[in-house]
Amino acid sequence: MTTLTDTPEIVGRGNREGADLFRDWFTDLNETAKSGNTAAYVFVMGSINEILKTFDFPVTFPEINSLQTAVRRVAHEYLEEAEDYGYSPDICGYVKADVGTQLRGGEHPMAQIPKPGLTVLTNACNTYIKWAEIWERMYGTPMFTIDIPGTRQEGLITLPGEHDFEGDRTYVETQLKELITLCEEVSGTKFDIDKFREVLGYANTMSASWERILDLNAARPSLFNALTDGTIYLGVANGLRGTREGAEYFERLVEEMEYKAANGIGQAIEERYRLVFVGVPCYPIFRRFNELFTDWGGTFVNSTYLWFASGGTNRGFQYDLDNPLTSLAEGILINVRDAMDSMFHQNRAIADMAENFDIDGIIYHPIKSCRTVSTGLADGRKHMTEQFGIPSLFIESDMMDRRVVSEAQMKNRIDAFFEGLASRERQALAGQKG
Amino acid sequence: MITLAYAAGVDVGSTQTKAVIINEGGEIVGRALLDTGANVIQAAENAYIVARDEAGIDEREVEYVVGTGYGRYRVTFGNTQVTEISCHGRGAVHLFPNTRTVVDMGGQDTKAISVAANGEITDFCMNDKCAAGTGRFLGAAAAALDIPLDDLGPVSLTSTKPIKISTTCTVFAESEVLAWIGKGKKIEDILWGVHTSIAARSAGLMRRVGIEDEITFTGGVTRNKGMVKALEERLEKPLNISEDCHFMGALGAALFALDEVKTGRTPVKTGAGVKS
Repeated sequence: MTTLTDTPEIVGRGNREGADLFRDWFTDLNETAKSGNTAAYVFVMGSINEILKTFDFPVTFPEINSLQTAVRRVAHEYLEEAEDYGYSPDICGYVKADVGTQLRGGEHPMAQIPKPGLTVLTNACNTYIKWAEIWERMYGTPMFTIDIPGTRQEGLITLPGEHDFEGDRTYVETQLKELITLCEEVSGTKFDIDKFREVLGYANTMSASWERILDLNAARPSLFNALTDGTIYLGVANGLRGTREGAEYFERLVEEMEYKAANGIGQAIEERYRLVFVGVPCYPIFRRFNELFTDWGGTFVNSTYLWFASGGTNRGFQYDLDNPLTSLAEGILINVRDAMDSMFHQNRAIADMAENFDIDGIIYHPIKSCRTVSTGLADGRKHMTEQFGIPSLFIESDMMDRRVVSEAQMKNRIDAFFEGLASRERQALAGQKG
Repeated sequence: MITLAYAAGVDVGSTQTKAVIINEGGEIVGRALLDTGANVIQAAENAYIVARDEAGIDEREVEYVVGTGYGRYRVTFGNTQVTEISCHGRGAVHLFPNTRTVVDMGGQDTKAISVAANGEITDFCMNDKCAAGTGRFLGAAAAALDIPLDDLGPVSLTSTKPIKISTTCTVFAESEVLAWIGKGKKIEDILWGVHTSIAARSAGLMRRVGIEDEITFTGGVTRNKGMVKALEERLEKPLNISEDCHFMGALGAALFALDEVKTGRTPVKTGAGVKS
């Protein structure tokens, strides 16, 4: 058995290197801002980082900037600034923290955030459009919205090669060509197809590695905490998608996870209950929130967040480098469509996690300021309870706004949930003995 | 000489602190009910002492103490803590063995709990960061109408032309009550409206976990006969009620403590209020 004193360097490497890459990314953004240059503003669902990296745009993700204000416990300052300006307490906390950042001239706890020089978004989230319009009004920033056709009807998913899918792919590809033209205008450089292929190759490496990492966590004990460690990996998956550094990072992360799996090295706590997390994390008390579970021996072995917010990595989707633009259109189409459909298809994904990860419970975490991601969770929970009888917990708080996060209430519910799991265990044990 | 074993549960709620002592047979031999006040630790200790006095036993005879309620970690002399969700479910099944749904209405929260025959919690749901539909809602109405809390139920039951209270916010409910008074409506009709409003909200919570027979009503508001009637009418089902429903959290905690006594677990903590 490996002990803390003889833990090899490879264990925990992903967290250390991920934190370094994340910091470097913000350092670069800081230099961009200080030198008076702008960045491309993009979103985690359907980021199109592949095209932007081909043009060497500095890229920033306002959702990540906003959640970082919560993790660093200053989100309330930004939210209140936006509310004082006139934004409602009821709208998306990410939007308001970004508005607060813009009102402060880009001042942010991690870096000076550059102003937007180009905004690229999809309709994966309806708020994206209204959000980008704010920058358009503030700065006159060019805003490019890619319209992704969704599923026409639940259960009728079109596949590559089918008439409807190919029509949708052509529609998306045409828009990507228009985006490339806009990028050429903004950057003043011509689109380089060979560089584009190189970027897609890096994204392929990252996608394949990410899929492998998620699958490896089915190990018992689990190798990483899907809520806390997983969020570090997500940051790299988004910010460095399509880069050599990002691809190498994920290859090394696979190496770490394979090492841990081969040597039975799990998380720092004794794993008593294996849990799946559904929703967006509670960033205002990020570490404490996790401790409320780990105090009982609960570990998060998987999370829907890791697939719907992983920068367009559609569980290992591989671009065809011989048909790069057509293939990118296909990847974006499938990924964004899945993200939009997640309220319907989430149950299937969670059922797969339950089967493959041998879980003891599901934690549903709807959040006050995002109805898009929260609507349907109650129905999903009911479905999972009725179909599979998996114990679950439903706790509501927020991803940004500590004014609606009540730790005492949360702890009460979490404690009761684990008391129930412990009682089940005792009953099962008594049944075996009897 | 045969030595009897006793176990205790102390439920420190937001408004009141309850303590229960039970014997080996699970029978209640001592109870206490005190206002929690600002000194939570002292309230827990005092309730424990009063319950022991009623039981006529020495503190050394209590082999295990479980703390519950929001102040459960302030029961410094307790051996361990269990949430009131688990305790209310356990206590309800003990008093009414056919209980499958529990509705607990306390000072600042209302819980709907689904329980199995063995007292195991299968699901639960609570009001969320808002006192609408809780005992506090009744307190706000009592304050607005300037009548004692204990009179709320009996007065509401004399209503002949009920008013419908439309707000779900405890703070706004107070102004709505005052507005109805301004319109010349009778106090009993307004009060019945308050009770039916809370009943509707509580029934909503219960539907989320599934309403199954039998239903046991627990918590401090069970003493309010108007609330019992309003809930029964809303659910179209009778509720299990007893004088001890107010002590259900403490009773459940005492039953968990008795489990520990029976399994021979050594108490892990001693402290204030317990001479070791």
